[in-house]
Amino acid sequence: MAAADESSRPFAGLSDVSISEDIPVEGDISVPVGPSRRDDEFSTLDEPVKETILRDLRAVGNKFIHVLYPKRSSALLRDWDLWGPLLLCVTLALLLQGGAADSDDQGGPQFAEVFVIVWFGSIVITLNSKLLGGTISFFQSLCVLGYCIMPLTAAMAVCRIVLFGGSGPVSFAVRLVVVTVSFGWSTFASTAFLADSQPPNRKALVVYPVFLFYFVIGWMILAFAPSQ
Amino acid sequence: MASTKDPFEFQDFEETGNLLETNRDAVTISIEDEDIKPEEQRKATSLTPDEDPLDTDDKTELLGGQRKSVPFWTFEYYQRFFDVETHHVKERVIGSVLPWPGKNFIHTYLRRNPDLYGPFWICTTLVFAIAISGNIANFLVHSGKPNFKYTPEFQKVTIAATAIFSYAWFVPLALWGFLLWRNKTIMNLVSYSFMEIVCVYGYSLSIYIPAVILWILPFEWLRWCSIVVALCLSGSVLVLTFWPAVRDDHPKVIIAIMSAIVVLNALLAVGCKAYFFSKPEPVEKVDNSALKDVTKALSST
Repeated sequence: MAAADESSRPFAGLSDVSISEDIPVEGDISVPVGPSRRDDEFSTLDEPVKETILRDLRAVGNKFIHVLYPKRSSALLRDWDLWGPLLLCVTLALLLQGGAADSDDQGGPQFAEVFVIVWFGSIVITLNSKLLGGTISFFQSLCVLGYCIMPLTAAMAVCRIVLFGGSGPVSFAVRLVVVTVSFGWSTFASTAFLADSQPPNRKALVVYPVFLFYFVIGWMILAFAPSQ
Repeated sequence: MASTKDPFEFQDFEETGNLLETNRDAVTISIEDEDIKPEEQRKATSLTPDEDPLDTDDKTELLGGQRKSVPFWTFEYYQRFFDVETHHVKERVIGSVLPWPGKNFIHTYLRRNPDLYGPFWICTTLVFAIAISGNIANFLVHSGKPNFKYTPEFQKVTIAATAIFSYAWFVPLALWGFLLWRNKTIMNLVSYSFMEIVCVYGYSLSIYIPAVILWILPFEWLRWCSIVVALCLSGSVLVLTFWPAVRDDHPKVIIAIMSAIVVLNALLAVGCKAYFFSKPEPVEKVDNSALKDVTKALSST
């Protein structure tokens, strides 16, 4: 127990969900009650809509960069959002369409199936890590798992482009390499963020489901076969 | 329900261990002499409340941290079933793969701490292993054929999940109910809780994961060999574990329950082999619709 406490202390800041004051609050639509209360208060009410959207998009893009360079920073954990995961999940599910969907059956995963696997899978992994005694909050974990699908979504886009060229052994080899690399990337990135929230003697138990999750998504991407 | 039972289970277990060692003779007599049996039973059960207060006090002091009885709708209740560490899970998986005569899986590895982590993730892994390797095997068999068109066969995941998870939950449930009923009629010294039975069943499936991955290779003899090996290993884990629980029963009941355990296990293995790794004809319209009918009929039942 003492060891667990000691190990969690350096990362005690990670579990702090509250947004520190130097970061602008995103998506805050609360109206100041009286203008006399604080005039210099940061208000999002009278700014152009474009700015609001751009700020949110910038926050999402910022997190994408964090996934691409998975340093052990807490930026992805501190202020979570689910916009990025939603975007990635929808993109992935849309890219996986049009495969064997036109033919009668025996097809690849349908849109809803991809959606369910991604969301249900990350919820189950999150519950698993919470049950094992993780210090990370529920939505932080969902956010990390969702954002870390990005390499795999990129791999799916590459696979679609490769498949335009034909589906011979060469294209399969290219796809295999791309999917393997992005699978490793996803797993590495997500464990870099998630593993620190666990007691050291349970890390493997938390990492294994994450591995399985990205492996299954990787398989769906690799097994995607377009209809002729 | 289970939460109120928990402290008693621990106590009961200790006591049964003692009784097993000291009073073996008395127990065997009680089975043969039907008339004496109820009295014996009453005596044995009346032992339990006598020792209860002291014992439970000890236990609650010792295990106060982790064995609080919390209601089942709270998060902490389920945290109890994930109170394992990496080396525990490793030991349990190895223990379920390499059964040893005289080593009871529940007594040796679980030690009153059954977990759900292992069963759940072993089942999930097995589901995807079956679906993926079945798909790859199908591809390897047909890859040269001219009219073969590769499909990911995603519906196999759903079917495999239904089969595996219902095996891993309903069979333990039935077994638990049966053992409970037999405990009422015949005094039995070893009783397992539902979670322990689920845990044993979940871990006993772990040997099938490497076996299923071996099934990718398109050699029938290799598949049957690995099925037999996996069946022997996981079947013997189950039989060795449940043997003490039914040992004092009638021979007919022992044979029935043991063969039911083994047959269900074999049915799962052979069923998976037949369904996911069979050699269907090259895909044609007629076959397709026939297969669809079969799956529809299966799913509707």
